Amino acid sequence: MIYGLVRPDSGRMLLRGAPYQPAKPSEARQNGVAMVFQHFSLFEALNVAENVALGMENPPPMRELAERIRAVSQEYGLPLDPAKLVGDLSAGERQRVEIIRCLLQDPKLLIMDEPTSVLTPQEVGILFQTLRQLSAEGTAILYISHKLEEIRSLCDEATILRRGKVVATCTPRDKTARELAELMVGQVLTPPAKAPKPPGPVALEVTGLSVASPNPFGTALKDVSFTLRQGEVLGIAGVAGNGQDELLLAMSGEILSPEAAVKIAGQPVGRLGPNARRALGLVAAPEERLGHAAAPDMSLTENALLSSYVRKGFLKRGFIGWGAVEEFAQGIIKAFDVRTPGSHVAARALSGGNLQKFVIGREILQEPSVIVVNQPTWGVDAAAAAAIRQALLDLAARGAAVVAISQDLDELVEISDSFAALNEGRMTRPRPAQGLTVDEIGLMMGGAHGMDVAHHHEQQGASA
Amino acid sequence: MDLSAINPAVLFASLIVAATPILLAGLGELVVEKAGVLNLGVEGMMIVGAICGFAVAVNTGSPALGFIGGALGGAALSLIFAVLTQYLLANQVATGLALTLFGLGFAALIGQGYVGIKPPLTERLSFGPLSDIPVLGTVLLRHDLMVYLALLAVAGIWYVLNRTRVGLILRAVGENHDAAHALGYKVVRIRLLAIMFGGAMAGLGGAYLSLVRVPLWTEGMTSGAGWIALALVVFASWRPGRLMLGAWLFGGITVLQLNLQAAGAKVPVEYLQMSPYVITILVLVVMSARGGRAMGAPAALGRSFHATH
Repeated sequence: MIYGLVRPDSGRMLLRGAPYQPAKPSEARQNGVAMVFQHFSLFEALNVAENVALGMENPPPMRELAERIRAVSQEYGLPLDPAKLVGDLSAGERQRVEIIRCLLQDPKLLIMDEPTSVLTPQEVGILFQTLRQLSAEGTAILYISHKLEEIRSLCDEATILRRGKVVATCTPRDKTARELAELMVGQVLTPPAKAPKPPGPVALEVTGLSVASPNPFGTALKDVSFTLRQGEVLGIAGVAGNGQDELLLAMSGEILSPEAAVKIAGQPVGRLGPNARRALGLVAAPEERLGHAAAPDMSLTENALLSSYVRKGFLKRGFIGWGAVEEFAQGIIKAFDVRTPGSHVAARALSGGNLQKFVIGREILQEPSVIVVNQPTWGVDAAAAAAIRQALLDLAARGAAVVAISQDLDELVEISDSFAALNEGRMTRPRPAQGLTVDEIGLMMGGAHGMDVAHHHEQQGASA
Repeated sequence: MDLSAINPAVLFASLIVAATPILLAGLGELVVEKAGVLNLGVEGMMIVGAICGFAVAVNTGSPALGFIGGALGGAALSLIFAVLTQYLLANQVATGLALTLFGLGFAALIGQGYVGIKPPLTERLSFGPLSDIPVLGTVLLRHDLMVYLALLAVAGIWYVLNRTRVGLILRAVGENHDAAHALGYKVVRIRLLAIMFGGAMAGLGGAYLSLVRVPLWTEGMTSGAGWIALALVVFASWRPGRLMLGAWLFGGITVLQLNLQAAGAKVPVEYLQMSPYVITILVLVVMSARGGRAMGAPAALGRSFHATH
């Protein structure tokens, strides 16, 4: 709304003491308001300079603009090549494009919506230094995030929103992350309980897996190997776009690989499709909820059927036993506290968090021997996220092997027994999660990806 | 068979003329698709342009007014498509197909009184003695104004798409309409204008058929030229320069077919008639084998846009 995309129904906004009601983003930009979006507002087939030009009111000629991009990006330690196609950049580099686009307009107010979800811890550190430098230069920053430690370390003042209402305003440095989380959710949180268990026999074995990405701007997997025992949780970290989607597809059977590259309980399944792998006990829950994990316009009952009929035996001579499916869908809704008027509701009508609970629940209730999940708690509120993590841990305690791919490091640290990271399609060797520090994890994720600490002209001597 | 009856210079000159209608329509469709809209109604817009241009030219006696009438007719028909797909969010493929069928019928209705009439002659430009240069003069310098305008349009559209802000915004809308909207660009308005430009160009191409190329009005006279224009855009992988070469290639096939028949060749006409489509399919196969990115298709092509916030 501050950026002029939506008009307020009531109330008023003041900018520098004057009433302010932008009708469109260009008006907001003229008033010195710039925004970095959570979901990138970039064009993959256009180059960096063209992307920057699209976000500016009166861009200079391309050649001059390219020069300025180079200059500003060096000044703030965010190196960028203006002639490169955005589709070829990593997620961290893409975010730099967004930030540079804002910086070139000399913003008085910079709005950032969840900017760190795609960065390694090292990159986050550098971003924060850039932001502190900006705020020291007199730019106000509105920082929207659900990562509480970030708010605590960066912000002077925090306002907590719950379902569109302001529930509290506080100085985050004086609060613990716990207190902030409880303000956010409105209830007391319990961290998931992990029961120690002896490792079982090997459930999933991946050896030398290399596959090309089906997406023209995707990342190919290069020589990925790991083994996973029953009851073990493998956490896979990595900045978005480093092969996570491809890994999930290769596990679920949507991308085929050489026969022996993937083995479920010793049986080679590389050439088998998703249903054959489900029959052998491997299920998967992809990141994209609408359109990949669930068909948006089909009801929850129908969606429950789609991935579960192999393991639950809902088909009798080619006919569907709808009664049993309905019961199964109701069971998911009850067990995972999916808030919905009923199982007849279309998947697209559910909120992201509720649909995620449904999708994860659908896979977990099939009692698989191996489950692969990508971003299991992306966009889910803290209470539901805790419930999903607990369900995954419970499943592991019952003897299933869990592969959890996530960009949320706190989540991975919480649930994983062993830990690996994806970087440009390569995976590090899994290490025991116990005793890993955030710094070590960051290095496994590929460190700072060529980012450089901001060296402003005054600080040049100091950083050299 | 007597191949010596085919004069290469004359062949090339008539090839350029034969290529002009599909070149005009293809350029229009290229701009539309670059904005992320797939309008399969090119054939319908062409034939409506053909009859509108023909009727205006016959009634006013001016071919120039006829071409303007053809462009307006095509643009008016495309406006139906624009309203249906951009405001009412109808499926673009179905709407485009319906537009073609509607256009064919509607043009036949208007055209009932015009069968068998000769349109006023569109004069060829004369470059004086230059037109008499052997070969070069025959090939390049003895055409009517529309041929040169079409060639100028190739350069102009390339320049606008790749070198100007308008073109950048147009490509951005076709690439990712959600991001363009987030940056404050009017996705629907830009697409509306692109669709109307495409309609006007298709109408011009149609008018060129009925006023210069044939020149007569008969029902269904476009006989698939609109589909060739659509295939041409894909063949050219959305690049104006390649589109011109493709138009010459496909135009050349049409001309060659007539010449071969005249020379008494034993090649069945049907093979030549289907060859543009076969070539397009082959190009598609080659391009997708080289990986999706080489194709250069706008990422939002054919997807409906609805502002959610």
